[in-house]
Amino acid sequence: MKRFSPKRNYESTRKLIGYVSLQDATEEDYRRIGFKSGLEVHQQLDTESKLFCRCPAGIYHDNHDYDAEVIRHMRPTLSELGEYDGTALMEFKTRKEIIYHINNENACTYEVDDTPPFPIDREALDIALEIALLCKLNIVGEVHIIRKQYLDGSIPTGFQRSAILGVEGEIELTNKRVRIMQLSIEEDSCREISDIGHTRIFKTDRLGMPLIETVTHTDMFTPWELKEAAEYIRYLNRSTGKVRTGIGSGREDVNVSCEGGSRVEIKGVAHNRWIPKLSHNEAFRQYALLHIRNILNVRFNDPAEWKIEYREISGNDTALLSEPVKKALDNDMQVFALNLPGFYSILSHFTQPGKIFADEISDRLKVIACIEKPNMIHSEELEPLISRDKWKKVSAFLGASDNDAQIILWGPPADIPTALETVEERIHLAFSGVPNETRKSFPDGTTMFERVLPGKDRMYPDTDSAPIPLQDEQIEEIKPRLPGFVSERIKQMQKWGIPEDTYDYILSKNLYPLIVSISNDFGFDPRVIGIFLGHRFKNIEGTMKAHKDFNYDIIYKLLGFINSKGLQIDMAAPMIKVLIEHPKMRYESILTILNYKNVGADEILAPVDFLYKKFMEERLSDDPGSAVNWIMGQLRNHATGNLRLSELRRKIEQRILAND
Amino acid sequence: MTDQIFQGYRGIALSTLKKYNVRVWGQAYIETTRGVFRGTVLPRSENDDDRHLVLKIETGYNIGINVSTITSMKETGYQKAIYKIPEKEFPYSDDKPTVKLFGTGGTIASRLDYRTGAVIPAFSPGELYGAVPELADICNINTEKLFAVFSENMGPDQYITLAKAIGKEIENGADGIIIGHGTDTLHHTAAALSFMVQNLPIPVILVGSQRSSDRPSSDAALNLIHASYAAGHGDIAEVLVCMFGPTSDEYGFLHRGTRVRKMHSSYRSTFRTIGDTPVATVTREGIEHIKKKYNPRRKDRKVKIMPFFNELVTMLYYYPHMKPEMLDSLVEMGYKGIIIVGTGLGHVNRELYPALERAKEKGVSVFMTLQTIWGYVHMMVYETGRDMMAKGVVPLGNMLPEVAWVKLGWALGQTDDPDEVKEIMLKPVNDEITEREPYNGYLVYQGGVKEVEEFIRQFRK
Repeated sequence: MKRFSPKRNYESTRKLIGYVSLQDATEEDYRRIGFKSGLEVHQQLDTESKLFCRCPAGIYHDNHDYDAEVIRHMRPTLSELGEYDGTALMEFKTRKEIIYHINNENACTYEVDDTPPFPIDREALDIALEIALLCKLNIVGEVHIIRKQYLDGSIPTGFQRSAILGVEGEIELTNKRVRIMQLSIEEDSCREISDIGHTRIFKTDRLGMPLIETVTHTDMFTPWELKEAAEYIRYLNRSTGKVRTGIGSGREDVNVSCEGGSRVEIKGVAHNRWIPKLSHNEAFRQYALLHIRNILNVRFNDPAEWKIEYREISGNDTALLSEPVKKALDNDMQVFALNLPGFYSILSHFTQPGKIFADEISDRLKVIACIEKPNMIHSEELEPLISRDKWKKVSAFLGASDNDAQIILWGPPADIPTALETVEERIHLAFSGVPNETRKSFPDGTTMFERVLPGKDRMYPDTDSAPIPLQDEQIEEIKPRLPGFVSERIKQMQKWGIPEDTYDYILSKNLYPLIVSISNDFGFDPRVIGIFLGHRFKNIEGTMKAHKDFNYDIIYKLLGFINSKGLQIDMAAPMIKVLIEHPKMRYESILTILNYKNVGADEILAPVDFLYKKFMEERLSDDPGSAVNWIMGQLRNHATGNLRLSELRRKIEQRILAND
Repeated sequence: MTDQIFQGYRGIALSTLKKYNVRVWGQAYIETTRGVFRGTVLPRSENDDDRHLVLKIETGYNIGINVSTITSMKETGYQKAIYKIPEKEFPYSDDKPTVKLFGTGGTIASRLDYRTGAVIPAFSPGELYGAVPELADICNINTEKLFAVFSENMGPDQYITLAKAIGKEIENGADGIIIGHGTDTLHHTAAALSFMVQNLPIPVILVGSQRSSDRPSSDAALNLIHASYAAGHGDIAEVLVCMFGPTSDEYGFLHRGTRVRKMHSSYRSTFRTIGDTPVATVTREGIEHIKKKYNPRRKDRKVKIMPFFNELVTMLYYYPHMKPEMLDSLVEMGYKGIIIVGTGLGHVNRELYPALERAKEKGVSVFMTLQTIWGYVHMMVYETGRDMMAKGVVPLGNMLPEVAWVKLGWALGQTDDPDEVKEIMLKPVNDEITEREPYNGYLVYQGGVKEVEEFIRQFRK
């Protein structure tokens, strides 16, 4: 018997494919593996109503807060072009029972597909058009609502109503232009409560809310470019001021491939900061799968002939029983030992950090055969659960050779045929490299199989809706309302000298228009306002809990007040600290609370000489800078609002110089 | 030929396609004032305007292009889509009952149509099996498309054809019959067959779907599975309607053909038995009887087909202050039978009395049913009711208005004699008039009430 260590194999295959961590990766690494990626950015629109019914949008409820439930099953249907979609068939195999929780406040008979759609929400359509124009897309002449099949149950009809507003546009990043393939308006899906075995539970509160999906071409060649594009689209969406913010209101699907790999979509990435690691690991996972393919192609002349061999293990096969197997048998599961001929060293081949090829199989057993994990053990576990000796007996039971690998899987008897099929199918896919999949992401940057990647075969016209013409007049009417392009905003901020570390905050909170209006209306320097918002206010907002009535318009009004009173901008921060908790408080009262007194510069500066003398007498320090700081400290409160603190410092320095 | 090449296009859109030599199903490169678009030209619905082309773009979506924005257009390829429905030979097995499936059209058997952009009846029953393979586990199905009409276009001719076809199929030895039917007038057909096909030895199950079978969440498959079970294995040898019980995919109801009514325009659970309980529930696993009294399955083939119908019957939905001319005009037009759908316990206003008398004189049979849907006509309670009865209006108990219309057509198809018509109308064939309304025959609870809400939360609607 060969001395084989799965752990060592994992390490050596990782090295062999040249995996480097995200931190250590260079552009050269991404060129080497042929990293290519694109984005589908989902953004909820801030409308009163849902897209195809008149239920209120944005009212969420807890998992247990529901009035009724409905149960449905999904079956694949023919698409317009006459073929069944791959995903559709897989979902049908899973035979899920889908339960919807309905709350009367935010769902009607439309959500559960007992009423046909009402006309599309015009508010949503207008907002989406604005964003389409900002993406410089070619706007369609007529909006056609189509049905995009989703058999996972996330939409009770089994399809999502969706429509294209524009195709082929672009956005401008720092160093490149990224092409936008299309923008669609669609209804949001249900939120999943649980998915265990054959039962999946959803709630319908989010279902039907208007959403746009912005799809880029695969123009991003490093994870960092990918993140920049995602950030840009987020800023662009938010620049309208008409999209929802907060958890779950913006979600990314990231599609990644490496040279020779396949399009894999990582679904529902909630934070842009996760994008680099996820895409990095996915590209290397594909690279690893291609390596596995190469090994297999050397080992097997005719992959089509490859078959698993399997035997059932019963309670009587005492020599073969181990803890996990006994447990499965105790739970009325059927247990099968599988031999994978010629698969020695493949199961423990590196795929992702901490993951090996065997995980690809286990993930599919969970998703396709609906067998909860743990659903299998295998002969190349990194941390073996059963002894080498036991595996020898399993190997003998199966008549296996040293070149083979073994799996023991278990599940409810009804799911076993699908389970065996699933294992064989995944291995057959390994012979050709990287399967087209959608994958679910985890915070550690790894992913797992979610579904077979759906194709365009899942689209067909929505026979319940008529096409909506988009006249030139309608587009012309929207144009004057458009905010400026994000790329131009960035350039303008650079011109004003606003430090770059504030841009993310300013753009994601859409504070740029506030800077413009404050500086235009009250004559403040845009740089000063940018710094104030991007540093001081960001800090205040991050550390204090804002009252529900607080909004950015209050900042505008406050600066108007500061301007009209002839106060200095330094007064803004202490006043905002009060306003953020008491947004209705009168400005004059806030000044009283802050002990503000209107005094002239001369009066503020009068004690400088005295203070300097005192400082020198007490010799608090020899450093003249310290003297300035100390005196600043003494005069600061008095000066705030009356004299810019930078000005105060300059004056103190002058006086000290004069004294010396 | 032009029709084929430019399916559905007309006016400016058609001339634009012709001008640039681009066909439906051609891949087009289109330059417009709004930019460049690429995609496959799809047929256009004839009811949509003539100013747009429909394009399927690379990603599978459809978009419309305004022809007035087009500056140039070129066909770069051509690929016609063909529908492929996995059609298989039905796996026949000796140990399973043989069921005949009649296709009539409607949404249980449908696919998309480009011409109208709508769902039209088009699946052959054989193709239907390809879509619902579970059927083979239940029974052996033979299929026959009798006609392909929308539910709303079903009428007396179709009732008669169906009745005769059922008779023939029973002679041929079928163990059960399924009729695929659009839902809008499903209950009219159910009533007609209840009268035309009597002394049934096997079940005749009418089935439809509320959500078209082109969508994944359609109720069509499950309804068909339930219907197959009821037809092949059920013991209830009556004309039954098999449709969703709750809106959830849980169980179906078997409704007696004379007591069933469509009660919601779009819900899956739209069919309800009125004034009684359904005969049974049905799942994939089997049938659970609710009513103890029913006509059981028999081995013999002694069915009685009575394919009669006189189309000179009509319904008059009464409204306050209706003028007598409404009734007179019907009589003048030669109608032989009129079902009045009256208010409350079965009333019309006094102004109509002379018209009622004139109708009686002309030998027109006039019957009273109810707008309330539930309950009995009670013309003895108020004097007005007694007056009307004196003028020849015959109360029909708790017969549903639509059922009454069907039965009157059937009765007048057999005789012109008003007394005989009256006798036929008042003698129930299969519970179209029941002697009693059970307490649970009327259940229309209102939402918002605490105990009702608790019930809804606990049981799937």
